[in-house]
Amino acid sequence: MFISSENSPPCFKDFTLVMPAVAVGNVGQLSVDLIVSTLNMSRVGYMHTDCLIPMTGNNPYATSNENAEELHTPAEVYMAAELKLAVLQIRAPIIQSKSKKFRQLLVSWIKSSGFSRAVVLSSSQAYQRDDQQMKGIPLRYLLTPSLLKDSEDALKELSWREMERVSAYLGLTDANTEPRLYVPGGGITKGLYTDSCAEDVPLAVLILFCSEGDNIPDAFTLVNHLNDWLHLLDDPSQKPNKWKIPTSWNLLFGSGIPPALF
Amino acid sequence: MATFFGEVLSVYSRAVEEDEEEVDENEEDAEIRRELEEKREVNLHWSPEVSESLKSGNKLLCSEFILAVGHNAARFLSVYALTSENWDALGRASVWNERSGGVASEESTCAFYRPKDNPAVLICQVTCYLSEDQLFQWTEKVFDCLQLRQLNVTVLSESSVSEFKTADYLSSSSAPFLRSLHSAAFSGKPVCKSLEQPNIVTGLQAAVLNHCEVHRIPSVVYQCYSDVIGPDSVTMETFKPTLTKLGKSIKLDPSPSTDILRKIVRTTNIQSNLYI
Repeated sequence: MFISSENSPPCFKDFTLVMPAVAVGNVGQLSVDLIVSTLNMSRVGYMHTDCLIPMTGNNPYATSNENAEELHTPAEVYMAAELKLAVLQIRAPIIQSKSKKFRQLLVSWIKSSGFSRAVVLSSSQAYQRDDQQMKGIPLRYLLTPSLLKDSEDALKELSWREMERVSAYLGLTDANTEPRLYVPGGGITKGLYTDSCAEDVPLAVLILFCSEGDNIPDAFTLVNHLNDWLHLLDDPSQKPNKWKIPTSWNLLFGSGIPPALF
Repeated sequence: MATFFGEVLSVYSRAVEEDEEEVDENEEDAEIRRELEEKREVNLHWSPEVSESLKSGNKLLCSEFILAVGHNAARFLSVYALTSENWDALGRASVWNERSGGVASEESTCAFYRPKDNPAVLICQVTCYLSEDQLFQWTEKVFDCLQLRQLNVTVLSESSVSEFKTADYLSSSSAPFLRSLHSAAFSGKPVCKSLEQPNIVTGLQAAVLNHCEVHRIPSVVYQCYSDVIGPDSVTMETFKPTLTKLGKSIKLDPSPSTDILRKIVRTTNIQSNLYI
């Protein structure tokens, strides 16, 4: 559940929520890191739940010695009031037996906080795409019915494609197998989307097709696409890299190499 | 995915498990799942007087809670604090999971102690394995029994130095060493360096620290990074700087006799002499 870290609870009414799905390549989470780090967002609360594997550490967005020693938990909410933007960052895997409970927790929190819309940044295994999905940019979107009429035109203008329904068994054209929504490697993405449709939550999902590896470029791709839609950064200079990489991204692939190795 | 040579390999993600389509459960499946969940519950067994007190709504009055997670941390407390006869055994936790099998041996326990002359201090040694889904539950259940006002928490834990990420390669002479993490409410000065980016802490020490952070309880974790797997006297001694802080709340034996040390630290048995 949400616990405020400030003395008075924050008000999220009419804000936009951006959150990641723990999915292949951790792309959604890396993108959210870029957003919090670049916009210098301040933490306003914790999602204290038994659904995530416990972990903790010092401030991953530290910019100086003064703010380096601040403890952070597996799921936290950040806010940029001037942009009417709130961000939920999830840093730990969801305990498998609790994924349904976690989805319910998220959906009810989104509803009770009064967010005008929630955007889930997710990813899906690139190697499991069917022929249709291999066309165009590797980004797809999903919109729940309550967000459809408001946002679909904007997304179509950006030439984004809706996530295709795929047949259950590739190659078989059996009339009984209806094409269905399939997000392999997406974690709770599909479940969260279907739950939100059922509960009339205005939710959008952005899915990037990718593979495991160095997913930093994928994070930049996803966050740039998001920026094309939400205009979080208004940087007229068109610099390719306007996002700030946080210090916690150091040593993503291990420690320094022992010199004696060579 | 297909490789260059035309073979098809399964690809696994380090972030997510394979999707499990939600299958409709029948009654029997739901029943089995419920029973398994019950079996995996963390159970606290307190001494009769503590149980009585808790039942009548009085939580344990505690101003210092000292938790040792892992064999070296637990042995450190055993040698430097618990050797005198001045301690009451208050209770224990019993935990079943796939790794522990529920057998509480000398090697894997979770026990609570309190000094006879200072009932405001509580020590807990955890050497049993708690699985990921039991960490939060253990923390909530234990802290539910404690009076939170004016509570201070100190956690001693350990980890392998291979988990420690640093740009400069650590030569073996630098291990073992201590690093600390503390909650926002902690106002003291830790006895060692703070954990540098991009390192994180997991396990019971993380669950406890998260709980303290969210509930604004002053707490500090001292984690020892060691290059030795298993109990080791050098690793144990690395916790000595924490004595200066702990000494304020409990009577410590600053130089325990070698007999005690020998009893506590058994040399690792050689499993096989094939490569000697």
